[in-house]
Amino acid sequence: MRRFLRPGHDPVRERLKRDLFQFNKTVEHGFPHQPSALGYSPSLRILAIGTRSGAIKLYGAPGVEFMGLHRENNAVTQIHLLPGQCQLVTLLDDNSLHLWSLKVKGGASELQEDESFTLRGPPGAAPSATQITVVLPHSLCELLYLGTESGNVFVVQLPAFRALEDRTISSDAVLQRLPEEARHRRVFEMVEALQEHPRDPNQILIGYSRGLVVIWDLQGSRVLYHFLSSQQLENIWWQRDGRLLVSCHSDGSYCQWPVSSDAQQPEPLRSLVPYGPFPCKAITKILWLTTRQGLPFTIFQGGMPRASYGDRHCISVIHDGQQTAFDFTSRVIDFTVLTEADPAAAFDDPYALVVLAEEELVVIDLQTAGWPPVQLPYLASLHCSAITCSHHVSNIPLKLWERIIAAGSQQNAHFSTMEWPIDGGTSLTPAPPQRDLLLTGHEDGTVRFWDASGVCLRLLYKLSTVRVFLTDTDPNENLSAQGEDEWPPLRKVGSFDPYSDDPRLGIQKIFLCKYSGYLAVAGTAGQVLVLELNDEAAEQAVEQVEADLLQDQEGYRWKGHERLAARSGPVRFEPGFQPFVLVQCQPPAVVTSLALHSEWRLVAFGTSHGFGLFDHQQRRQVFVKCTLHPSDQLALEGPLSRVKSLKKSLRQSFRRMRRSRVSSRKRRPAGTPGEVQEGSAKTERPGLQNMELAPVQRKIEARSAEDSFTGFVRTLYFADTYLRDSSRHCPSLWAGTNGGTIYAFSLRVPPAERRMDEPVRAEQAKEIQLMHRAPVVGILVLDGHSVPLPEPLEVAHDLSKSPDMQGSHQLLVVSEEQFKVFTLPKVSAKLKLKLTALEGSRVRRVSVAHFGSRRAEDYGEHHLAVLTNLGDIQVVSLPLLKPQVRYSCIRREDVSGIASCVFTKYGQGFYLISPSEFERFSLSTKWLVEPRCLVDSAETKNHRPGNGAGPKKVPSRARNSGTQSDGEEKQPGLVMERALLSDETE
Amino acid sequence: MEVKSKFGAEFRRFSLERSKPGKFEEFYGLLQHVHKIPNVDVLVGYADIHGDLLPINNDDNYHKAVSTANPLLRIFIQKKEEADYSAFGTDTLIKKKNVLTNVLRPDNHRKKPHIVISMPQDFRPVSSIIDVDILPETHRRVRLYKYGTEKPLGFYIRDGSSVRVTPHGLEKVPGIFISRLVPGGLAQSTGLLAVNDEVLEVNGIEVSGKSLDQVTDMMIANSRNLIITVRPANQRNNVVRNSRTSGSSGQSTDNSLLGSPQHIEPSCEPEDEDSDEDDIIIEDNGVPQQIPKAVPNTESLESLTQIELSFESGQNGFIPSNEVSLAPIASGSNTEFETHAPDQKLLEEDGTIITL
Repeated sequence: MRRFLRPGHDPVRERLKRDLFQFNKTVEHGFPHQPSALGYSPSLRILAIGTRSGAIKLYGAPGVEFMGLHRENNAVTQIHLLPGQCQLVTLLDDNSLHLWSLKVKGGASELQEDESFTLRGPPGAAPSATQITVVLPHSLCELLYLGTESGNVFVVQLPAFRALEDRTISSDAVLQRLPEEARHRRVFEMVEALQEHPRDPNQILIGYSRGLVVIWDLQGSRVLYHFLSSQQLENIWWQRDGRLLVSCHSDGSYCQWPVSSDAQQPEPLRSLVPYGPFPCKAITKILWLTTRQGLPFTIFQGGMPRASYGDRHCISVIHDGQQTAFDFTSRVIDFTVLTEADPAAAFDDPYALVVLAEEELVVIDLQTAGWPPVQLPYLASLHCSAITCSHHVSNIPLKLWERIIAAGSQQNAHFSTMEWPIDGGTSLTPAPPQRDLLLTGHEDGTVRFWDASGVCLRLLYKLSTVRVFLTDTDPNENLSAQGEDEWPPLRKVGSFDPYSDDPRLGIQKIFLCKYSGYLAVAGTAGQVLVLELNDEAAEQAVEQVEADLLQDQEGYRWKGHERLAARSGPVRFEPGFQPFVLVQCQPPAVVTSLALHSEWRLVAFGTSHGFGLFDHQQRRQVFVKCTLHPSDQLALEGPLSRVKSLKKSLRQSFRRMRRSRVSSRKRRPAGTPGEVQEGSAKTERPGLQNMELAPVQRKIEARSAEDSFTGFVRTLYFADTYLRDSSRHCPSLWAGTNGGTIYAFSLRVPPAERRMDEPVRAEQAKEIQLMHRAPVVGILVLDGHSVPLPEPLEVAHDLSKSPDMQGSHQLLVVSEEQFKVFTLPKVSAKLKLKLTALEGSRVRRVSVAHFGSRRAEDYGEHHLAVLTNLGDIQVVSLPLLKPQVRYSCIRREDVSGIASCVFTKYGQGFYLISPSEFERFSLSTKWLVEPRCLVDSAETKNHRPGNGAGPKKVPSRARNSGTQSDGEEKQPGLVMERALLSDETE
Repeated sequence: MEVKSKFGAEFRRFSLERSKPGKFEEFYGLLQHVHKIPNVDVLVGYADIHGDLLPINNDDNYHKAVSTANPLLRIFIQKKEEADYSAFGTDTLIKKKNVLTNVLRPDNHRKKPHIVISMPQDFRPVSSIIDVDILPETHRRVRLYKYGTEKPLGFYIRDGSSVRVTPHGLEKVPGIFISRLVPGGLAQSTGLLAVNDEVLEVNGIEVSGKSLDQVTDMMIANSRNLIITVRPANQRNNVVRNSRTSGSSGQSTDNSLLGSPQHIEPSCEPEDEDSDEDDIIIEDNGVPQQIPKAVPNTESLESLTQIELSFESGQNGFIPSNEVSLAPIASGSNTEFETHAPDQKLLEEDGTIITL
């Protein structure tokens, strides 16, 4: 046995392994966690988002994505894309500036950091002297003006960040050049705004926080104009022709100032508090955009009445008598408006408002009446309700795909028809080879269907199961309650809504049959719904059945939540997946496993109490089986048991106390190692001594049948195999529990012509108790050729070879600790791989995947993709159970990341790196979805011949060729997603 | 087959049918008859091929004795009230000639009263020290046998740090330590593990670089046959090697093992692999069975009988001949126990035993 565990040294196999397996983290889907800055380049049409963890992400046309990570894990506070360049400057909260550029390498652009810089003041100066508040990249792209807290404006030269001290515009210099009457007030404080004259690169505007605004002549070093406002300045906007300034202030007002040489205006042309007269919050940013039609767009952030709407996150758009205050679901980080890109054009002509909120990105079409939102092709907020589970289905048949899209398009009617306005760059990624769906279950009882075929994770369709149930609040009432003529004219936008009406609605398990369009979803309160795809809206009653999983077990009281109340009578369902059967488990414990066999029309479900089989054709329960150990009180009482939770929380708080004390002691540098452990504790008070001494410890005890939650059903599996004897195969249902028990039931499914007449029968055929009693996480039957049995209907659709029913079948049982192959029908152990005993890791997720060779087109092997509790991903061969490769993928502390992982059937996978982002990874050399794109700017060539004017050769489309050439990985600290973790380099 | 039976100073010779030994009861009666001690309670022992004095008190060990006798079966009989229980055990007849003398002349041996403990057949091994010959003296490899669920393993482990000698001098490295023994648990009752012992290996796998949780999982996964290599916190009870006076099992002439580095020779005996092979399967007739290893081309009925046989014998507490360690019931007998602890590898190697 041991020799199987030793890594093989067969050179042929080693080479083949290199052709089959390769680990890459390819792309991050979803919305960046904790965004902190927004940037946009009108010339490149590229959007940039910075995050609090120091990541910057660039997005252009769908498929055009870049990611970079600052070496420092500091928050990105500002992003400025240099006008007309493939370059950007970021400011971090440690006051450092970084220059990044998109460089073409091997036919594709790559984002990399070129320089970094920290502004240093003269020795002895206060740190605030050089604390950067505003960055202005000059249109000539050689200079960067840096406004600081001290009121000075420093100048640095790009690309090397050379400080030009002689060009510093100090606040003293400005003060001296001000007319007499403006000097009497202490107007200098920090620089709040820096703007370049839209037409004349020799003039810049400097706004100071106390309200003084000056227009500075760069060549003559003099003040051309000055404006003095009575209010604290927040931000300022310079109209496109340079003739009008709009300043916004902390009291919720904004002022217009004409820029004309006639006379110095002591007072603004117009001053307005848009949401007055009661005290308002500050307007933090304002845009004044001209249009061809004449009437400008006024767009500003904030300014809401402090008392009644001070907690809202609003951006107001005013144009042509219309005014709307877009009310966002989370804090607005920043916004920008997409306008005419040509700087020489006479008007701004804004067409889209792009708002980066804390939890989502919202784009609003400003050209269409009513200003509808634009549907996002990427950057979707996966977490608009918290993700509770996910399910991946590969290779969706075109028919089903189109029907899902059709159902989804009716839900998206309220979106604008505008083409996605951010469309910079060219995606070089070939069209995805197949259609993949990722289904996410959410806490609010919805299932979202995502197009996971390519780089962009796009929402196709959203299914809500809420309508089946009676809930406290009817979501429809809330919407209509919002009156039309309210002031301020608030309008909710965005989809982020983390508040669930009822946690019992949460989706826990999803199973979609891609051939039949049957979908089963199961939730927190033991509800199991079977749904069918219908292209028409329909009003139908949902058949309700109760499955009593406790059966004859007497004397137990469920102390958890109650089951959901279902609506009686017909319910109207919109086109899409419509439920027709509702099975409610009793007790209503969370559904822990689910399997659907669309050919036999059976659905199996399991909870912590047992499992059941339901015939959804005849709408009849076939059987239920209680798996509970009689002494397992905890499972019976349910998750909300007060006794248990109190005990547990007490224990946890004690543990936390101990841990913090232990760790604080560890940090103390003094003393020899021995003393730290024991000596110091002895001197402490005797009463506390015991508690102080107790370290984090783990009990070593063999598992026993009496352990809690042994009856918890972890996995369910349908197979047509030799369960009873080797002459006849029959349908069977397999269930594995937390206590290492496997139940096998032989099923008798009537032939199609009598399917409605005869009942489905089930009989228990086998029960296997694994002696190591570890939870069973996977069950699989291998056919006579040791190939996993195909999915139901797969053979019928000619998408798989028929399984070999001649040779003897084998049963593979995967527990958290071991992989074990048994013979069938007589169950005898044949092979095993002990994972935990050897490595100390436990199986968290296991799935069969097909690995294609990158060299031979038609060569491929089926293996097990395994994720362990340490975050490692391994491939274990079938049927010999030899470990093939191992990669570390997720940090072992990242429990939610490990719990969220799903594998695809072709060796890819997804896991959550934050509540709102999926990381996509690939174990396969053949199936690799990663962004590959080109961003090129015409200006680049004009200004810098040496840089961007490289040969614009036809990009090679080969997937694995030279993406990370040039020995670039050796450069330390450079973190590019495509350069990450490539074990392929040789 | 020839039998030579000794009671006190008397010898009796008689013969037995090797193929039909009959039951122990009958044999006992026969012995009483030939020695003419019909109403005296006696203990029966025999010398096995290794020269160990082993008891005969039931059918199993009686049959074993008969089947292994070569060429003659040497029987030693003691009166129960005079019996020297410590005489039984490993290497007793060969290594310590005086044991034999004691048996032969019981009067010499009546210096101290004996604690009457039950016979070895009443025990299963619960723990043993193994691989003494290949481990550094400061380390101890302990095997805990967990049968069923009767007794908890009963210990806890924690993180800690230990000092190692490295090429760069002394270095403090993280380690895993035993933090607590549960009173009455298996770990405590063996006396072989103690609080603050550093755990170095679990079933032959080094724990360095592994987290506390990983080591916990490894131990639990191996809980049915757990082999822990520790560096005892108390180094005073270590086996002293090459001391020619102590008949310690540290003496080894097993050359095959001497040359090999210890870490690639994990102490997993062949039967370890099958230790948890005995999953139980209930077919639809409701009769629990153990799952045998797959025996290809075997009729199901045939293999079924095989299973039942092995299952039965396990239930009776049958001791495989190569596991002869005894459980120390009296606590605090650490050192004594160690010197008695057999080296199984030694026993398996035929003819390489050194007589001191």
